[in-house]
Amino acid sequence: MSKETRGSDPQGVSRRGFLKGVGAGSAAAGFIGVGENTAQAEGQDAPAIVGPGDGTYTLNIDGESKEVTAEPRATLLDVMRNRLDVTSAKKVCDRGTCGACTIFIDGEPAYACSMLALEAIGHKITTIASLGTPEMMSALQKAFVKHDAQQCGFCTPGFIVAATDLLNKNPNPTREQVRDGLGGNLCRCGTYVGVQEAVLEAAQSMKGGA
Amino acid sequence: MASPQWPKADKRLHIGKPYDRLDGPIKSTGQAKYAYDVNVPGMLYAKVFPSRYALADVNSIDTSAAEAMDGVKAVWIDEGVLGKEVRYVGQIIAAVAAETEELAAEAIALVKVDYTPKEALIIDTDPSLGSGRPSEREEGTPAEAFEAADVVHEGYYGIPVITHCCFEAHGQVCDVNEAGAQFWPSTQNVSKYANGMGESLGVPESEIKVDCQVMGGGFGSKFGHDKWGVVGGLLSKKAGRPVKLMLERDLELMVGGNRPSAYGTVKVGADKDGNVTAIDAKLFGTGGNGGYRPPPVPYVFTKIPNQLSSGQRIQTNRGGQRAWRAPGHPQGCFITMAAMEDTAAKLGMDALDFFKQNLALTNRPELYAQELDIAADMIGYKEKAHLRGDSGDGPVKRGLGISIHQWGGAGHPSECDVSIHADGSVECRIGTQDLGVGTRTCVTMVLAETMGLPMDAVKANIGNNAYPISGASGGSTTIGGVSSSTRLAATAALNKLLDVVAARMGEDALSLEASNGRIQVTGDDSKSVTWNEACAMLGTNSINERGVNEPGESTKMGLMDSGVGGCQMADVSVDIETGVVTINEMVAVQDCGLIIDMKTATTQVHGGLIMGVTYALFEECVYDNRTGRMLNADMEFYRLAGLKDIGTLKVHMMTGPGFDERGVIGLGEPPVISPGAAISNAVANAIGLRVPELPLTPDRVLNAIAKGGQS
Repeated sequence: MSKETRGSDPQGVSRRGFLKGVGAGSAAAGFIGVGENTAQAEGQDAPAIVGPGDGTYTLNIDGESKEVTAEPRATLLDVMRNRLDVTSAKKVCDRGTCGACTIFIDGEPAYACSMLALEAIGHKITTIASLGTPEMMSALQKAFVKHDAQQCGFCTPGFIVAATDLLNKNPNPTREQVRDGLGGNLCRCGTYVGVQEAVLEAAQSMKGGA
Repeated sequence: MASPQWPKADKRLHIGKPYDRLDGPIKSTGQAKYAYDVNVPGMLYAKVFPSRYALADVNSIDTSAAEAMDGVKAVWIDEGVLGKEVRYVGQIIAAVAAETEELAAEAIALVKVDYTPKEALIIDTDPSLGSGRPSEREEGTPAEAFEAADVVHEGYYGIPVITHCCFEAHGQVCDVNEAGAQFWPSTQNVSKYANGMGESLGVPESEIKVDCQVMGGGFGSKFGHDKWGVVGGLLSKKAGRPVKLMLERDLELMVGGNRPSAYGTVKVGADKDGNVTAIDAKLFGTGGNGGYRPPPVPYVFTKIPNQLSSGQRIQTNRGGQRAWRAPGHPQGCFITMAAMEDTAAKLGMDALDFFKQNLALTNRPELYAQELDIAADMIGYKEKAHLRGDSGDGPVKRGLGISIHQWGGAGHPSECDVSIHADGSVECRIGTQDLGVGTRTCVTMVLAETMGLPMDAVKANIGNNAYPISGASGGSTTIGGVSSSTRLAATAALNKLLDVVAARMGEDALSLEASNGRIQVTGDDSKSVTWNEACAMLGTNSINERGVNEPGESTKMGLMDSGVGGCQMADVSVDIETGVVTINEMVAVQDCGLIIDMKTATTQVHGGLIMGVTYALFEECVYDNRTGRMLNADMEFYRLAGLKDIGTLKVHMMTGPGFDERGVIGLGEPPVISPGAAISNAVANAIGLRVPELPLTPDRVLNAIAKGGQS
């Protein structure tokens, strides 16, 4: 029922549908609040992007400043994927349930589908690209490969970002803590056994390396 | 000379070992590019307009406001439904392509459809609503057998429609013009994705290029290009621009999947020693707007001497059914194994004893007996087992459940080209696809094995319809098909190289072999050249050989086979105050012939168990019976199992003598068949009565307890 705004019948507008639909108005006003705070902190002018229509602003993704032109109602996930070709964060549930779009905002995990791109202005966005490359994988990424913690792989980047956060906060998790910590990420192929083993082993190997 | 038969265990370089999947690093670093991730210059975004009614006449479709919007570049309407009916909520009526995803969403909201709604049929739990005559089957003399039986159990069982919920939604990016077309779809069928598309798009089919290197889940739902493939193509052609069209999550759940439901009463007759003599199953269910075949009951115990069964289709106004891992089997397995376990309980027999006693009624009695013993050891059956309901006084009851299953898994027709180049490089091209099951890795292993080379010395090219045709990935047919075609092509290519080397070395080609990076006289590396020296003898030529997997021939040669059996057991706890079922442990014992990559094979079985836990405990498409709308078309309320829901999972693969020599057999379907049955049986064993329907949600468990069982 999430997309009942289709057609002429306005019944059943979801909270998120509402957020997206009226992004030009109230949600953008919310953004300006965030933008003002950030801008004040950094001594800059707050961008006044209120829509309708595109606005141009800058996002800091994986240490690079990227200028983007998009409507204020666009989510961070859609702006990254559609405007900036940053596609590692996946669009699956598109409403904060599955974790496939997990990224870091200022070092804290967040669902990119559940915030407007405007809300991320002035904040450090970090994706899985900052964690490693196929040639230089992090200990956790290596462990994901070794323990075959992916099948189709569509949920994998979200899992790795979430698991990285888990290990940042708790370098020595128990099996139960891994299950709790990654409870917000879902996988359809059923790779949880590998995920669990990978996170536990990465914790060990990171301790060994420290 | 090299022979295409699989090498014996002591001669295997790669096959059977646990190798990392080759696309693991790109998947684990976010660099893998799925169809959903393809961004090409000038690309438009498409959104579709789905029917809001389950059954209605479509009087008019007005897209004028959408067309007039800035940024909208193409509009499509389904002329086929104009003046006719739409038959399910979610049926695609119109579509737009616009400069941005936001504009496309806004434009689609401006489409106006005038409907005349009609009364639709949504409910699938009432067999009197069936259409057409039920299918019927009779074997032996069931009436007399039930008459003569010492014990007759009769029960009702049900398993609702569930949906595939692929994480990567169905859809594609495409670029279509008069001269040809490029599609990047999320598909299980690269070689034949474009079949039947040419006429709709006005493009010669031979000019439709298809590429799919990785895909985000299919499970049986992504064999065709589907309506959205054609719609995307037509929008692209109209706009003269590439178009991305991916289903939104709600539509993905409503029309991108749907496993048929199955309900019905089952009667089982047995003698007092526990020998099953008769079964009678009256089944019904829906495949939505699509076809319906009742699930196989009796399942596995197919040799029950006296059988009666009927199946009634209820055609509902819902999205059509699609193949879901092991079509019909999870349903048939749940209904049969539950009825069997209920019969054991009625007899006061231990379920494991009862299953073993009746194995003569299956096609593989020795295999199942062996697997049941292994599974029993793994789960600690002897220590934990108790008769039904004999599980103590506290509110949390613990129980064990058993199920056995079967599948075919013969390899599909497949062609593969292998090239050996003068610089020593080796590659193959094969029009298969990797759904995440390790196909790319396994093809590479077979190629490297055949050439006697390390994995990184060879390359497998897959996922493109320019490569030789390979079958769709469904029904556990891929691994047998691609392993055989790759092995045949690689052997033929190697033998060409051996001919060249033999002539140069003055040896008989029959005496040469490829081993550990060298071409040598068999067993004598003093007479040898390195692989690169051998290939350099090709001068300016390359060797190119095609391998064709003809399933009958390859089965005779021992490259592949069909027919597997597996056994699973579940250990659950049920809180009879809250109705919550917790999986403590599950074990799976599975044969699948010669295993190519032990690591990805084991992952596949874990995946089957987890997908099984999900449909046993959580999954169900909930429909509003009045409007036909799916009430949980999202991922909060269409629940999937998470890390905390799966308990401890253990897998045992049957390998070695007796299994390896059968050749390669598929593994996608078997491990997902039994979990529903094993978990339901474990719950019955724990709480002393059958919860008749899956999923085993707290409300169902509490209702069953309140009713005190059905018989």
